[in-house]
Amino acid sequence: MSTGLLYALAGVLLFVLGAAGAVLLAHLMRKVLAFNVMGSGAFLVLVGLAQREDVIDPVPQAMVLTGIVVAVAATALALGLARAFHARTGRTGLTEEARRD
Amino acid sequence: MTEAWPDPAAWLILLPLAWATLAFLAGPGRGGRLAIPALAAQCALALWLAVSLAESGARLHPVGGWGAPLGIDLLADGLSAVMLLLTQAVALALAVYAQAYFADAHHRHEATWFWPLTGFLIAAMNALFLSADLFNLYVTLELLGLAAVGLVAVGGGTAQIAAALRYLLVSLIASGAYLMGVALIYGTYGTAAIASLAPLIDPTPPLATWLAAGLMVVGLMAKTALFPFHFWLPPAHGGAPAPVSALLSALVVKASFYLVLRLALGPFAPLAEMAAWLAGGLGAAAILWGSWQALRTRHIKRLVAWSTVAQLGYLFLIFPLLAADGLAMQAGVMQAVAHGLAKAALFAAAGVLMRATGRDTLDGLAGVAGRVPLTLFAFGLAGVTIMGLPPSAGFLAKWLLIDAALASGQWGWVVVIIAGGLLAAGYIFRVLRRAFLVAPEDSRFHPVPRRLEWTAFALAVASVLLGLRGAELVALLG
Repeated sequence: MSTGLLYALAGVLLFVLGAAGAVLLAHLMRKVLAFNVMGSGAFLVLVGLAQREDVIDPVPQAMVLTGIVVAVAATALALGLARAFHARTGRTGLTEEARRD
Repeated sequence: MTEAWPDPAAWLILLPLAWATLAFLAGPGRGGRLAIPALAAQCALALWLAVSLAESGARLHPVGGWGAPLGIDLLADGLSAVMLLLTQAVALALAVYAQAYFADAHHRHEATWFWPLTGFLIAAMNALFLSADLFNLYVTLELLGLAAVGLVAVGGGTAQIAAALRYLLVSLIASGAYLMGVALIYGTYGTAAIASLAPLIDPTPPLATWLAAGLMVVGLMAKTALFPFHFWLPPAHGGAPAPVSALLSALVVKASFYLVLRLALGPFAPLAEMAAWLAGGLGAAAILWGSWQALRTRHIKRLVAWSTVAQLGYLFLIFPLLAADGLAMQAGVMQAVAHGLAKAALFAAAGVLMRATGRDTLDGLAGVAGRVPLTLFAFGLAGVTIMGLPPSAGFLAKWLLIDAALASGQWGWVVVIIAGGLLAAGYIFRVLRRAFLVAPEDSRFHPVPRRLEWTAFALAVASVLLGLRGAELVALLG
């Protein structure tokens, strides 16, 4: 098994863990962290799977750099909204009542 | 080869970025006076692009002359031109509406960051329609999602922030799934450019491709709020200020649909046949469930938002019919355009009705027919498009869809389409019926700026009249 494939498999594992956490956990902070784990998993797959030969492919590296910037922006927005939500309601998780019709 | 200077495709992204940044620097609540002329210029650019595409076919613009894979290519074809035209036209009308809407003292606090966020939203959407690479599409999807979430929260109320958070979480998980799909595709084929992927994917691809396609399409369906991923839409679209609801419902959800369509027509065409039934089935469920909820809700804007859930269902009915011929694709784009104009009109009109009555429930509507007749007329006209009655663009879309279903012998979809039209008539008339009731003694009406009424009316008229010029739109699709 090549190193690249090992990275990719670790990435898949992280992605699944993160996705499960982002869907199942109730605490907003945990959800945001889980989303970051999920994103890191996707980045690992992106870099790992593309490096099967010894030649380094620069394109996925550029993609991951871009992706990290996007993830940082998304995390900042999520944390800002979570803080605003907490300041107004004192709660740390979205409950069903926000979904009522 | 790069052209000398004004490639409209590049300017359609740069111009909104520029005015959004300037509006941000100008400070809270400012930027409307900048946005309206800029959006008018964008309309002209989109029109110019459409005319030049009609003459010479699809065109590629390598940004900065770098070229793929390390540079970014902008690809404009008929499909992107139609979506660009729709976006600029609806955004211009809504900007005119929003300026008058936020001028009111009660709504001024909601306008704090409306203009910069709208500019970024439109820049992201234009970039999405012009991207030719799966990864660039991911970036534009994220930019679009972040701007849209910001707009949902722009009012600053607790319910709005909760709706924005829910929307953000769905959006992030969905784009995470999409990104994983891109990673698998790149790992398998060594490219993310849509044009070079199309010949590489054959009808019996490796498991990774199936997985990638599944992740990407499910992520995009969640962003489009297709049933059963629709739960975030009614609170987000129903709770935001009227101009924001209109922007989100008319345009933003169409962007991810556009991408599904692009993928199904291009690289994933060999796989599309297997999943098409599922997409069609979910679309049918969305039509029935969304309409049913619209018939039950007590709030005007919730009704319009549930109607969006239902109307988005039609967009996914086209996938089982795509194989037949070009009809289904034309039907889908026509539905996207018709719904975009009509839904912007409905939300704009709903904003006027709520402003006039000071209430947000259907029960509060009694007597508005005499107070804001133009707006009620606009609501009815847009309703004609939503129901799919001739000569509206909605009729044309549903007609093309029924045509495609009959041509391929799939009768079942016809029943769903007609049932959806009847249910739509049901919820539109719920509003109209109450508007003509006699107002109770103690009801007070507030004056509404004429400009709000006229923009809602103009959008509604456009959604109906477009049905008469459908041939040009279809010709542009090629």
